[in-house]
Amino acid sequence: MVGIKSYGAYIPWYRMDRQAFFNAWGGFPIPGERAIASFDEDSVTMAWEAGKDCLHKFDAKAVDGLYFATTTAPYKEKQGSAILATALDLSREIRIADFAGSLRAGAIALGCGFDAVKAGTSKNVLVVSADTRLGAPAGDLEQTFGDGAAALLLGKDGVIASIEDSYSIADDFSGVWRADGDAFVRSWEDRMVVEECYANILPEAISGLMKKCNLAAKDFSKVVFDAPPTDIRWRDRLAAKMGFNSGQVQDSFVMTVGNTGTALAMMILVSALEEAKPGDKIMFVSLGNGATAFLLEVTPAIEKIGVRRGIKGHLETKKVLTNYQTYLRWRGLVPITSAQRPEQPPTSISALSRNRKQVLGLYGVKCKNCGTPQYVVPVGAYGGSPARICVICQTKDKFEDYSFADKRGTVFSYTHDNLSPSPNPPATVVVVDFDGGGRGTFDLTDREADKVAGGMSVEMTFRKLYVDRGIHNYYWKAREIRF
Amino acid sequence: MTESIKDRVAIVGMGCTKFGERWDMGVTDLMVEAAYEAYEDAGIEPKDIQAAWVGTWQEASAMSGMGLSGPLRIQYKPVTRIENMCATGTDAIRNASYAVAAGIYDIVLVVGAEKLKDTGFAGLPTTPPAFTPGVLPATTAPGLYAMLATRYFSRYGISPAEGKKMLAYIPVKSHHNGAMNPKAHFQREITMEQVLNAPIIAWPLGLFDCCGNSDGAAAAIIVRADMAKKFRPDPVYVKALQICCGPGEGPVRSDYDYTHVEEGYRAGMAAYAEAGIKNPRKEISMCEVHDAFSINEAVIMEDLQFCPRGRVKDDLEAGTFTLKGELPVQPDGGLKCFGHPVGATGVRMIYEMYKQLQGKAGPRQIKNPKLGLTENMGGYPAACVISCCIVGL
Repeated sequence: MVGIKSYGAYIPWYRMDRQAFFNAWGGFPIPGERAIASFDEDSVTMAWEAGKDCLHKFDAKAVDGLYFATTTAPYKEKQGSAILATALDLSREIRIADFAGSLRAGAIALGCGFDAVKAGTSKNVLVVSADTRLGAPAGDLEQTFGDGAAALLLGKDGVIASIEDSYSIADDFSGVWRADGDAFVRSWEDRMVVEECYANILPEAISGLMKKCNLAAKDFSKVVFDAPPTDIRWRDRLAAKMGFNSGQVQDSFVMTVGNTGTALAMMILVSALEEAKPGDKIMFVSLGNGATAFLLEVTPAIEKIGVRRGIKGHLETKKVLTNYQTYLRWRGLVPITSAQRPEQPPTSISALSRNRKQVLGLYGVKCKNCGTPQYVVPVGAYGGSPARICVICQTKDKFEDYSFADKRGTVFSYTHDNLSPSPNPPATVVVVDFDGGGRGTFDLTDREADKVAGGMSVEMTFRKLYVDRGIHNYYWKAREIRF
Repeated sequence: MTESIKDRVAIVGMGCTKFGERWDMGVTDLMVEAAYEAYEDAGIEPKDIQAAWVGTWQEASAMSGMGLSGPLRIQYKPVTRIENMCATGTDAIRNASYAVAAGIYDIVLVVGAEKLKDTGFAGLPTTPPAFTPGVLPATTAPGLYAMLATRYFSRYGISPAEGKKMLAYIPVKSHHNGAMNPKAHFQREITMEQVLNAPIIAWPLGLFDCCGNSDGAAAAIIVRADMAKKFRPDPVYVKALQICCGPGEGPVRSDYDYTHVEEGYRAGMAAYAEAGIKNPRKEISMCEVHDAFSINEAVIMEDLQFCPRGRVKDDLEAGTFTLKGELPVQPDGGLKCFGHPVGATGVRMIYEMYKQLQGKAGPRQIKNPKLGLTENMGGYPAACVISCCIVGL
C-alpha cells in the first residue's frame, strides 16, 4: 500500500485584517483575514515549518526523497529543496526536486512522489509546498491571497491514507499568470476565470476520477479541492454544482487565511486528514493548467498518528495586524529610508558553505570528554566554528555532532534594541539556555515585545536574516512556544 | 607572577584633544594635537622619541604603524599599531611600557586615536565580521549590554523601575563632573528625571545610560622610571598593567550569569596583585572605568571588589562614587561625557589620572590622590577583553 504516512502544515502567526487593505485603498472590502509571512519568512522557511511538523516523531534520516513545490522560490537558479534538506537535517543520499510553474505544482509533486514510492525508487518521500504570492497593491488579489505551507510524507509502511488512484488532465488555460520579471500575479476577468476555468476543468477532473474508479459522488466522505484562483468566495458556491452536498465538502479556510497558492489544496487535505476516520474515502483535487484528482482511502493507522500543529493548531495561533504599512514594509513594496547604521559586510559563500551544518542545520557539538553540548557561532571572538577546543575542559577535537534545532530552551536574558535596524522594531534578542545544555544568543521572532521575559520557553525556527547580492541568508531564530 | 611592571616605567608627558564631534578635524589632526601636547608637557622634541605605539580600532587611515609615523613624520623609527577593541589604548600603553621596562628603549610615544563621526550614523560602526556567515543576532552594543541589566535586575530582585533609578545615579554623577571639563564632549549637568524619562535605546537602557560617540586622541610619553625625574618633578609611575582576554565562554556556557564580567574581575585581581594592593576600596583613590553603559559601570564596581555582589545600589545611593565621595569614579566625566573614540579612550582615562595625581585637575581636583585605576572593556559582557591599569605617584 502506497500513501500518506504523515502530514504537517504551517500558517504564519501574523494575519492581516482585510479591512486594512480597504482602509488603505478603498474599493471592495472582502471580509475576514489573510495570513502574511513575517518579514523573515519566505516559501522556503514556511516549507521548513510544515516539513518539521510533518516529520514530528518520524526518523528524518529515513527520508530519501524531498520534493518542494512553490511558485515563489527565492532563487531561479538554486534549489529550495537543497536548502530544505539541510535545514530539515535529512540524509545526504536523497533525491531532491523543485516543482514550480503552476498552482498545481504541489499536487504534481505528490503524484511524482507517489510514483517514486510505488516504483520502489524511493521509500519515504517528503512533499512540501509553500507559497507567498503577491497581489498588486490596491487590487483584490492582495486581499484574497494568503501565505502558508503543507507537507505530506509518502511511503509504503504505516500508511494513514492510501493513494488508490489518480486522474490528470492538461489544459493550457490560465486565469492567473506571472511572466518572468512580474512581481505580481496577473489575472483575467474574474467571471471568466471562475466559470470557464474553475467551474469546468475542476469538475472534469472529478468526474474523470470517479469514472476511472467506478465511484459516485455519494461514495466520498470528503472532497478536498482548490479555491478559484481569483475570487475565493466562489469555492463554496460551486461545491453544490459539482454534485457534492455541503457535508462532503472539506471546509477551506480561505476567508481567514487566504488563497495560499500551490500550498492551498494540500493544506485543505491536511485539514481533512485531521478529522478523517478509518475507511473514509477522500477525493483530493488540485487545479492549475489542468487538474489532478486523487482517490485516498483512510486506514486505521490514522488513529495513531498523534497530534500535529497542522492546520487546526495554526488557525488557533495568530496575531492580527491592522496596519497596512507593516505589510508594505515586510513585502518590500515601498522604498524604506536606509537605517543610520553600518551596512552588512559582503556575505561570503565560502564561509557559509564551510559552516552550513551550523548555519542551516543549527548543529553544535558535544564534547566526548566532558559531555557538554555547545553551540558556537562562526565568529572568532565567541569561539569560532567548527568548534575545535572544548569551552569547558579545553580538550581538542574530541566532539560528536549535536543538533540544537529540535531543542527547546529558556530565555535567560533579553533586550529590545531600538538602535538595531529591524522591519519590526524593536529588535528583540534573547540569550537562550537549551534544555539538555548549551546556550546561544538569537533574535526572537514572532514576538509580542511586552510579553518577553526571562524564563520564557522558546523553540528554534528557521528564518531568513537578509538578502545580500542575491544570497538569501537563512539562519535560526528563537520563538515563543505557543503549541 | 614572574615580574611586575610596578615602578619600572613612568609617564612624564601626556596630551589629550578636546573630545567631541570634531567635524573640523580628521584622525591625523587629532593625533598631531595629542602628541604635541604630550611632547610639550614632557619637555621633549619629536626627535627624542625612540619608538612609538599607536592604538586605533577601526580607523582605516591609521592601519599599521604608518598611521602614526606618517601624520607625525616620525623619522624612520619602530612604530607598532595595536588593536584590542575598547582596550586598544591601554594595550598600546602596556606594550610601550614593556619595551621600556625591558630596557630596549628609554623614551617612547603612545598615541590612541579614533575618528568615529565620519561614519554618518549614530552608534559604533559594529557589523558582523566580514567573511563570516553573518548570522549574529540583530543587536547593537547597547543591546548587548542591556542584557546585563535585565539579568542583573532579575537576579537581585530589583524591579525595572528601581533598576533604572539605580542606574540613573551613574550618568547624573558623570555629567556633573564632565560639566567642569573643557575637554569633554558633553559639558552639562543632567537630572535624574531627564535620565529616567529619556527615550529607550535598548530596553532597559535609555539615552543617558549610553555613552556618546565622538572623535578624539590622547598621547603619553613613557620613560624608564629611574630617569623620570630628569623630565619633571611629578612623574606618574605605572603600578600595574593587566589585560585579560576572555575565552569567549559566556555566549556558549549556560553557567555564565550575565550579572558579572569574569574578565573584569580577573583583570582587576591581577592588577591588584601586581600593584601590591590588598584592600582596593581603601587603597585606590579614584577610577576611570568603562562606563559605555551605566549598567557596565555598576557591575565593574562589583567586579573590582569595591562593593559586594548585588550591592552596588547601596553605594550609588550613598554617593560613594561622586567627586566628593569616598571613591570618586569618572572624575573627568567618563565615556558618558567624553564619548568613546575607541582607540583613544584608554589613554584619555590615564590622562585624567595623571592630571589628578599631579594636582592639575582644576575644579574637579580630588584631594591628595595616591593611586588611580583605569579599566577598559572591549566586546560585550559575555565575551570580552578587559584592561586594568593602576598608576600612582
